[in-house]
Amino acid sequence: MSEILMPRLSDTMEEGVVSSWHKKPGDKVSAGDALVDIETDKALMEYEAYEDGVLGEILVAEGGSATIGTPIAVLVTDGSAPAAAPAEAPAQAPAANGTPVRTEPAAPAAEVPAARNGRSRPPSSPLARRIARENGVDLTTLTGSGPGGRIIRADVEAATLQTAVLSTQAVVPPAPPSAPPAATAPAEAARPQDADTEQVPLSRIRKVTARRLAESMRTAPHFYLTRVVDVEELLAFRATLNTALAPAKVSVNDLIVKACATALRANPVLNVSFTEEALLVHKRVHIGVAVALEEGLVVPVIRDADRKSVSQLGAETRELAGRAREQRLTPQEMSGGTFTVSNLGMFGVDAFTAVINPPEAAILAVGATRKDVVFRDGEVIPRDRMTLTLSIDHRACDGATGAAFLGQLTDLLENPFRIVA
Amino acid sequence: MATVTYRQALRDTLRAEMLRDEDVFVMGEEIGVFEGSYKITEGLLKEFGPRRVRDTPIAEEGFVGAAIGAAMLGLRPVVEIMTINFSLLALDQIVNHAAKIYGMFGGQCSVPMVIRTPGGGGQQLGATHSQNVELFYSFIPGLKVLAPSTPAEASAMLKAAIRDDDPVLFLENLALYNTRGELPDEVAPAEIGRAAVTRTGTDITIVAYSRMAHVAAEVAERLAGEGVSAEVVDLRSLRPLDRETVVESVRRTGCAVIAEDDWLTYGIGAEIAATIQEGAFDWLDAPVRRVAMAEVPLPYSKPLELAALPSADSLVTAVRDTLRATGRR
Repeated sequence: MSEILMPRLSDTMEEGVVSSWHKKPGDKVSAGDALVDIETDKALMEYEAYEDGVLGEILVAEGGSATIGTPIAVLVTDGSAPAAAPAEAPAQAPAANGTPVRTEPAAPAAEVPAARNGRSRPPSSPLARRIARENGVDLTTLTGSGPGGRIIRADVEAATLQTAVLSTQAVVPPAPPSAPPAATAPAEAARPQDADTEQVPLSRIRKVTARRLAESMRTAPHFYLTRVVDVEELLAFRATLNTALAPAKVSVNDLIVKACATALRANPVLNVSFTEEALLVHKRVHIGVAVALEEGLVVPVIRDADRKSVSQLGAETRELAGRAREQRLTPQEMSGGTFTVSNLGMFGVDAFTAVINPPEAAILAVGATRKDVVFRDGEVIPRDRMTLTLSIDHRACDGATGAAFLGQLTDLLENPFRIVA
Repeated sequence: MATVTYRQALRDTLRAEMLRDEDVFVMGEEIGVFEGSYKITEGLLKEFGPRRVRDTPIAEEGFVGAAIGAAMLGLRPVVEIMTINFSLLALDQIVNHAAKIYGMFGGQCSVPMVIRTPGGGGQQLGATHSQNVELFYSFIPGLKVLAPSTPAEASAMLKAAIRDDDPVLFLENLALYNTRGELPDEVAPAEIGRAAVTRTGTDITIVAYSRMAHVAAEVAERLAGEGVSAEVVDLRSLRPLDRETVVESVRRTGCAVIAEDDWLTYGIGAEIAATIQEGAFDWLDAPVRRVAMAEVPLPYSKPLELAALPSADSLVTAVRDTLRATGRR
């Protein structure tokens, strides 16, 4: 038995609609046969079988939709791994000989398939396994989006990309002495126990966050550009919008995200990733929005933010943030960002610097709105202002270029009609 | 810099090498008076005379053996075998003698000879005249096997082959003779055993050689229109095989498709696939795919022949499938 999973047929696809099945339960299926037509956000695509077998139960009928990686049908396969498979047998035999089969009931894809070679692990590409090893990702926690549920690079990278955190030093008050040492200390903590210290095991998000951000600080030379922006007009504009859109609402942050996207579209200098071989200039603008969870930070990504209306973008942000808090974000929803916005204004922070979320080249740290005293035309007047701090990877971009971008962003925020124009 | 055909590049290079070195001579069936079945030796008999441009009987084993003897005594014969299919008649001379003499006699003498021979299907020549049996020679230590895909490479590699002290099989594909390309005025001999990244890309590596290198380039161009960035590696030399270039490329792209102009089972592609998994296992995000000829004696019928040969369409399909398997389509 193996499951046929909803394939990822495009970069932006999050779920697909089964348009029509070419086979019915009981039909013989050979690798390469057209199995089903899937309607994506872009197109209708034919999806082929990757292994031989007989089509079993169809789990998603024609017209039904499913997110990537969830089972849409069951394939009954008769091939099985050779009995005398060596312990180091590859995870995937060539398709021509029938892929070694995951013997499992038609269970939710999240369930770990049954043992192969006496070990329980989902199929995964060597590259995915290596990236998982290097990043401390537990493959059994992932859902593969490759053929037959194979975990591929994209899945592991999505799982490791869930971070954009402030570079604040947590000052943790010592726990009360009565706290017993935690039973499950992390394996690498081989330090003597101290009655005044409690050992709390690291959550996966915390581990990934720690590793990614340390790597970011180590490899990307950060520099910071700070600018105080007058947001009087922006707040008035938002009030106007909310009256017009009621009961829908847009937040200041939605306007900032949209302004960033607009500025990046006009001036893509920061919509890049630095690699040793080349500077990757991203043609699309996907903005990550940092969301704080108890376990750590996750960054859901608003795709093509420059092409979405502010209200659409706001609705999407709230929906993603909500699911982030329930830990129900898919790896795809947390990957592929080209720029991140981190806002601590709601926590009363005046200004801060954020750590760049690799492989992005910049992150915008947004502080709280404050009534300031401003000199204008020889007068002293009160104005609402906020402090923006742009962290930039110096390998990808230089000061003057970054300053020009920040200037354009400031211009948009101070003339908010141009954000939506 | 001139634009010339592959055929012209070979002919001009042969002539230049014969002018450069008195010891270089050509021999083969119909290469003198008739100027070659594929006109590669056009004008050479007139210019160099029958001592250095020798028509031979239809006896491959005999004239290849004669060339080996000439090479052992210090000449540099460039043998033309009319098609690689006929080289099978000289297999014993090539495999058991040319390839082994240097080693078996402790390096006392080399065999500095070149066997030029075209092959490949698509010309409606029937099953026995349309093969690519480069694998037979690529398998043999002691031989060098070259398969250039452009006029400039054909020129640089033929120079290198003629000047090399070991027996070299120089494989030409019939489909390439009329292809055109830039030929610099001054061509330096190529370094034997180096593949080339002929197009850089980030999404997938396509490994090919000879005619299929052109198909791979066409496919990469077509896919670029769909936003797929394909890297193309032209092997150019089948023995020695430039494993590093292949492996490095796959380490960059994470997946590979091999396009070969011969049968799949036990083919060149199988060796490349093994090379990739040995050298780039931890970088592979999808199984390595091969695109090759249908496992049949090549049909004479034009539509059947085209259906059996690896094509741009079959390569595009394999690339798309591989990209889909890595979540990038």
